[in-house]
Amino acid sequence: MKKYWREINSKKGGQEDLQVAKVRDGDNSIFNLFSGMKKDGSASRRDFLKLCGYSFAISALASCETKVRKAVPYVIAPLEITPGEANYYASSFVNGSDYCSIMVKTREGRPIKIEGNSGSGITMGGTSARVQASVLELYDTNRYHGPLKNGTPSDWKSVDEEISDRLKIIMETNGKIILITPTIFSPSTEAVISGFLEKFSDAEWIQYDAVSFSGMLEANKLSFGKQVIPDYRFDKADLIVSMGADFLGSWLSPVEYTKQFSSKRDPDKGMNYLIQFESNQSLTGSNADKRIQMKPSHETAILLNLYKDIIASVENREIDAPPSPVDVSETSKKLLASQGKSLVISASNDKQVQLLVNEINKSLGNVGQTILFESYLRVRKGLDENMERLVRKMKNSELDGLIVWNVNPAYTWYDREGFIDGVKKVGLTVSLSCVPDETNRLVQYICPDHHYLESWNDVEAKRFKYSLMQPVINPIYNTRQMQDSLMKWSGGGVVFHDFLKGFWGSSFMSQQTDYLTSDAFFENTLQKGVFEPAIPKTETESVKENIDSIPFDAGKINHQKSQCKVEVVLYESIALGEGRQGNNPWLQELPDPVTKICWDNYACVSPVHAKELGLEDGDIISLRSIELPVHIQPGQAYGTIGVALGYGRSNCGMVGDGTGVDVWPMSSLKDGNIAYYSGIDDIVKTGKKYSFAQTQTHHSMEGRALVREAGLKEYEKDPVAGNELHVHFTETARSLYKPREYLHHHWGMAIDLSKCTGCANCVIACQAENNIPVVGKKEVARVHEMHWMRIDRYYTGSEDDPEVVFQPVLCQHCNNAPCENVCPVAATNHSSEGLNQMVYNRCIGTRYCNNNCPYKVRRFNWFNYTEAGTISGNLRDSAGMTSDLRRLVLNPDVTVRSQGVIEKCSFCIQRIQSVKLKAKEERRAIRDTEVQTACSQTCPANAITFGDMNDAESEISRLINSGRRYNLLEELYTKPAVNYLTKIRNNKS
Amino acid sequence: MFQSPLRIPLIKGRKTYQSITSDLLNPLMNKPAKLWYLGITLSGTALLFGAFMIFWTVWQGIGTFGENRTVGWAWDITNFVWWIGIGHAGTFISAILLLFRQKWRTSINRSAEAMTIFAVICAALFPIIHMGRALLAFFIFPYPNTRSLWVNFNSPLVWDVFAISTYFTVSLVFWYVGMIPDLGTLRDKIKKGFKKTIYKVLSLGWKGSARHWHRHEVTSILLAALATPLVLSVHSIVSMDFATSVIPGWHTTIFPPYFVAGAIFSGFAMVLTLMIITRKALKLEEYITVSHVENMNKILIATGSIVGLAYITELFISWYSGVEYEHFALMNRATGPYWWAYWIMMTCNVISPQLLWIKKLRTNIIFTFFLSIVINIGMWFERFVIVVTSLHRDFLPSSWTMYKPTIVEVGLFVGTLGFFFTAFLLFVRVFPVIAIAEVKSVVKTVGETHPENL
Repeated sequence: MKKYWREINSKKGGQEDLQVAKVRDGDNSIFNLFSGMKKDGSASRRDFLKLCGYSFAISALASCETKVRKAVPYVIAPLEITPGEANYYASSFVNGSDYCSIMVKTREGRPIKIEGNSGSGITMGGTSARVQASVLELYDTNRYHGPLKNGTPSDWKSVDEEISDRLKIIMETNGKIILITPTIFSPSTEAVISGFLEKFSDAEWIQYDAVSFSGMLEANKLSFGKQVIPDYRFDKADLIVSMGADFLGSWLSPVEYTKQFSSKRDPDKGMNYLIQFESNQSLTGSNADKRIQMKPSHETAILLNLYKDIIASVENREIDAPPSPVDVSETSKKLLASQGKSLVISASNDKQVQLLVNEINKSLGNVGQTILFESYLRVRKGLDENMERLVRKMKNSELDGLIVWNVNPAYTWYDREGFIDGVKKVGLTVSLSCVPDETNRLVQYICPDHHYLESWNDVEAKRFKYSLMQPVINPIYNTRQMQDSLMKWSGGGVVFHDFLKGFWGSSFMSQQTDYLTSDAFFENTLQKGVFEPAIPKTETESVKENIDSIPFDAGKINHQKSQCKVEVVLYESIALGEGRQGNNPWLQELPDPVTKICWDNYACVSPVHAKELGLEDGDIISLRSIELPVHIQPGQAYGTIGVALGYGRSNCGMVGDGTGVDVWPMSSLKDGNIAYYSGIDDIVKTGKKYSFAQTQTHHSMEGRALVREAGLKEYEKDPVAGNELHVHFTETARSLYKPREYLHHHWGMAIDLSKCTGCANCVIACQAENNIPVVGKKEVARVHEMHWMRIDRYYTGSEDDPEVVFQPVLCQHCNNAPCENVCPVAATNHSSEGLNQMVYNRCIGTRYCNNNCPYKVRRFNWFNYTEAGTISGNLRDSAGMTSDLRRLVLNPDVTVRSQGVIEKCSFCIQRIQSVKLKAKEERRAIRDTEVQTACSQTCPANAITFGDMNDAESEISRLINSGRRYNLLEELYTKPAVNYLTKIRNNKS
Repeated sequence: MFQSPLRIPLIKGRKTYQSITSDLLNPLMNKPAKLWYLGITLSGTALLFGAFMIFWTVWQGIGTFGENRTVGWAWDITNFVWWIGIGHAGTFISAILLLFRQKWRTSINRSAEAMTIFAVICAALFPIIHMGRALLAFFIFPYPNTRSLWVNFNSPLVWDVFAISTYFTVSLVFWYVGMIPDLGTLRDKIKKGFKKTIYKVLSLGWKGSARHWHRHEVTSILLAALATPLVLSVHSIVSMDFATSVIPGWHTTIFPPYFVAGAIFSGFAMVLTLMIITRKALKLEEYITVSHVENMNKILIATGSIVGLAYITELFISWYSGVEYEHFALMNRATGPYWWAYWIMMTCNVISPQLLWIKKLRTNIIFTFFLSIVINIGMWFERFVIVVTSLHRDFLPSSWTMYKPTIVEVGLFVGTLGFFFTAFLLFVRVFPVIAIAEVKSVVKTVGETHPENL
């Protein structure tokens, strides 16, 4: 090797050169780091110590290596996925007859959040708590993991073969096959099912709705010649009279109706008037301008009196009516005053009641105005008589094959013993449901369907309003779409996706002109999620002709009242409905908007009734040998007991099993339809006690100006009506300190209490967005709930007939925040954009901030709920939320908080940040309403507005300059960034 | 010989210097009595129980307490303030009474100071274990670190850290410095062995020379002057944890003096409790006389009356201010669901010390003992009333709730009592429970010419 010299000395071959060469040779180079190394290889004491230290450091470093978890890189990365960025896919939520057009937010390929699809003409970007929570069910470990045969895991091939063979045998022997589904309002699925029925020509298809509208369907057939549920237009009605229909909470299509209803609750644009007749204090009743209590069996008599008054005025005709149990004169007067602009609805499943409702609407000229038949609903088509007939057949061993999908008659059918007996007599029983339930326990084969987020489908919840469903994740388990299973057994060779695409090409291509090829049409519709062609003229005209010709005789209506002293009224709770989503911990932990109780159902008893019976909150009573704890509910009609359906599941998974009490057996068949109330003679006290997980235990505002309200009449005279205190405080407030300045953005929120219905959708949206832990019933009962957002509910007026107000409360992001200056470690501080921030890893958990928060919106991690802490062996996760699969629902943009730290609403800072980044990238200013918090985005009532208060043009600026604006506890001069707009009630006559 | 019937001797029994030394060293030189073993077994068990509860709290989390969303502090902070209050008597006696030349304090200051130190240790425990992440409690100290963490000097909790640690340090130094002459005595009395070595080291080469005495006196006076403002500041700062907040019932400017008075009140009560047991058990009736007890009872009347006045002022202001929330908070204390706590507080703290106006009662040892316990219960309830009943119903009725303690919280409290008594029982075995040198300084100067002594 050629020798290069570096300096004169080395050229001469000096001492340094030798050393440099030695190092370069790599020979013992480590040892050469130690300068004093002797040439003979022996080490000095100093070197020995250096070596010791060195080797110790090396070995210590080696042992500190972090654990490498399994990670497999993409060989070819998918184009549309950028790590750290969310992708949104349009889809549809369908569960039974619950429907919503949605946008699914996915991160790195996993769905983490549901948003409403604002392109939908039905739900218009709104969601409900159930829709929000449905994403969690995708990651439910209790779902079926693959096909089962007699309860033991099997594989698709053998299950398919066996079922196909047995179906073939049944067909050859002219056996009878029945398919039970909930109402199917998917055109393509209907086509698949009819293909299946064709193949097995003796097969019959029954649509069964646990909460049934068959009484209404039958009545509509008689009154309008159409066995459908019409399209109710609450946005066109100035006066709504609802007979027990909780249309803002659970009746039919609550998201749509909340959107429509709240659009008419703006005092500046004219308000509608809602009269609610009901037994239970429902969410809708709580929002009513006038609420009248009734027993369910009195409904016919009340309606007859209304009809009598209306007919007398409209047609000058007298009819007989029994004495009315309640005064209806005001209602009928109001109805007559707004003919064609009113809407009368009833939740009853009694044909006679619905007939009367139809006649009233007809007489008032509402049909064609607020009640449309050309765009009728395609949900809730199930007829109870079909199910009744089926059960009879099963019991008589007339059936050979039974296929069920997504229905649970063994839990919801009034005669469940009959059904269970019947199933045992059927030769072949197959379930296609995706989650375990009481019915699936009885069947031989379980061929699990995908979760809806893994499925292809289309829906037509309303005529000519189509919405597509697309998978947003590869199936997690070894499941198969129900449509694919049916096609497979009926011998079709195509997969459902291709079928769907083809079906759309052939069926809907002609209804549009935007796209030339069916592929382009399908792809583009898929992207938008919805397809809403104009309703053809012929459709509109054909409706009108039929209606008037049908005669009606009020005399034939049976108005016998129940002889029983007490009537039990079954209702669907806001969170759980009929109980399909029973294994969803988010929904189980959602406090009921009115009672504020979660993880339970209970017997709501009116205060007077409870006093008479000597009942207290939490006493266990027995109703027809069903034991229920008592909840004394202000506003509950005297002599009625309200109980929520959907609880007391026995086979839905670890979360829902044994939660609450099953009261489905209290439903009964009355005149061919299921009645959701029943008379009982006595209430038996058991002497036992029960304690609830209730998040609000004090129900009066104690005369404090927390929710400020005024009547519309007063408001029209004076826009600060009810809000005089705000004027007073603004005028008199003085501070020693300079106000904070916000140079760029100043984020703020306005909550319109006139619009807010209290539906609690925002609570779940917030929980999903912000990784809020589920703590379980025991913890909620210990007042350890974690929700960042809560809906305060206060009663005013008398206990027996209270007025109700709702107030969503979240961190108020005070400019002068009491929490900020008391934190010893500055874990909570103020941002330059007005956010009150929480630095979790700085927090040591003194809870001082929480004590000093006048709004009590801070939440403390009392236990290790999330497994995010450093201490192990102390996990408290009663709902299985920390299982590996369930964790996939976590939002990666939001820290999972550990034991012992405080957390609270952050104004969805992650969303603000991502919009800011996007705007910066595109070199533009942030547009108004571009930043949406989880709650504001999802609110079906559009009651929450978020934006930049520094932007004078923004919607939020407009709202905070309104005379209705005030801050909660403004006398404390905390200067919150959350503003409330006074609640205006419609008190105009 | 000249007789002066006016000055009653502070120490009874015509003590000589020698008899004082032997009397007071007696408990250290002999085996403990059976009662002592019984006591240490009981308090040791309580201590272990508490230690387990600390472990449980840190491991499982604060959820093991009965605290909740609305009531973020309860027994933890109640106990903290109570113990800090108890820790006020020692320094008050040794510092303020020293400055005021109250010579009767010499019989009680040593044990009162020891009590102070143990009480402050008990108190300091609570702010640490009540933290959700107690293992990160060191975040609260402003020390240079790589996490770019700094404390928030606006927070009264940070002031607490300084106030308590300063108070603890000064009290400890004061106690120790005052003990040096006695440690010298001990060293000299013990002939040989390990014990001697320890006392040798601890006595710092005390020789009793004039120069030593001079420096000792000067240091004591300086430390007393340093400790005096601390007596007033510690509880003032503790009170600011509440007073600087916005919570009705906490947000009160009267709190600093009210808390200091209350602290001295409860501290003296606790000193009385311990003294009465100690004088009986160690047969020190001649050193801790009825007149000592009577003097302390007079302080109880004074501070108890201040406390009572403060309670009534608070009530009055809540009405007079016209603040709706304030008014409600105070009415809720007196008539709400925790009315019993309020009335226990009122009875024990305001009414019961007024009985001490009667000389017969204030010179009655049994009555005083009973009363001192009543006062300590009352003072514990005072803190409970302030902490819990203010929080459980604050501004928004939707968040109102109730609070119930759990076995863990009770266990922590019992554990600190266990620590306190264990430490005190050990203390009486290793250090002279009465300051020998100081008692000697008063035996010839006060009451020497009283007929009783001649």
